[in-house]
Amino acid sequence: MRWEFHNESPIYAQVMERVERMIVSGALPPGERLPSVRVFAQEAGVNPNTMQKALTELERGGLIYSQRTSGHFVTEDQAVIARAREALAEMQTERFLQSMQELGFTSAETAELLHRKLEHKEEE
Amino acid sequence: MPIFTCENLTKRYGTVLALDHINLNIEPGRIVGLLGPNGSGKSTMIKLANGLLTPTEGRILIDGKAPGVETKAIVSYLPERTYLANWMSVRQILDYFQDFYADFDRERAVKMLEHLNIAETQRIKQMSKGTREKVQLILVMSRRAKLYLLDEPIGGVDPAARDYILNTIIGNYDPSAAVIISTHLIADVEQLLDEVVFINGGHIIRHTPVDEIREQMGMSVDALFREEFKCF
Repeated sequence: MRWEFHNESPIYAQVMERVERMIVSGALPPGERLPSVRVFAQEAGVNPNTMQKALTELERGGLIYSQRTSGHFVTEDQAVIARAREALAEMQTERFLQSMQELGFTSAETAELLHRKLEHKEEE
Repeated sequence: MPIFTCENLTKRYGTVLALDHINLNIEPGRIVGLLGPNGSGKSTMIKLANGLLTPTEGRILIDGKAPGVETKAIVSYLPERTYLANWMSVRQILDYFQDFYADFDRERAVKMLEHLNIAETQRIKQMSKGTREKVQLILVMSRRAKLYLLDEPIGGVDPAARDYILNTIIGNYDPSAAVIISTHLIADVEQLLDEVVFINGGHIIRHTPVDEIREQMGMSVDALFREEFKCF
């Protein structure tokens, strides 16, 4: 199944986010070896250069590391994963607030709605 | 050194100017979309690269050489229309490619055909249009070429076949080779491309990395194409 991409940001940035999510959610556990660039690119349906760029960027951020001959691995450093998790949550919240604002909700209204939803969820 | 170069490349058909003093360089390791509306000069450029047409003016170089016997050995071309004879079986076609091209990796082709459950005894005329297009692409991508020229590789196939074709391109692409894909189905190939060349009325109106379009203009190649080629 090819990954879905939207039009607002470069594909490599979207690939990065997708892999970050896989790591944070545990779908790719710490120390796990990633598929080769070619196989991963095929899985995502993207150009291998794009996949390479995304992995290089993730490596720069410390979420993955590479070993010369054996490929890329997920970091075993829990602190790095926790930071990535925070950053993703932050971004997700920003997006939510932004779209609520676009719908004309005030901060108070948004908070109130969120509260109600969360309470409802807890009851379930 | 670029694998593909156009220098003042001009092609005139009688009074019609199909390509007007084009300059273009494509480096190895890139997958490039040659995008333009019908009649923009895409196919003319690809035919010139294959030596099927000769330039009126200027020149076209593949790995530094004018199209000829030497360049045909390193260029793998997927024409818009199928050229495989109807009576041929898959095995005969494999033999044919092996005879013609020193860089043909038969084993790779066989593996891909097996994966699609296409028997070597099957004849072209027994195949659906989609299967025929897949077979042709498998043959073209099984060459270890330096330049792949794919003219409308996904025209007229269903979405599942399209995904298969795009995956085959990704899976066989060699980082020392370049791939030029001419198409007007931009949204389908967009995530495959490193850079795009927009061509219109025989002119190159844009040659840009795809990331740059998204980063600087905040839109997809498809959206940009629709804007720049808007029909009034």
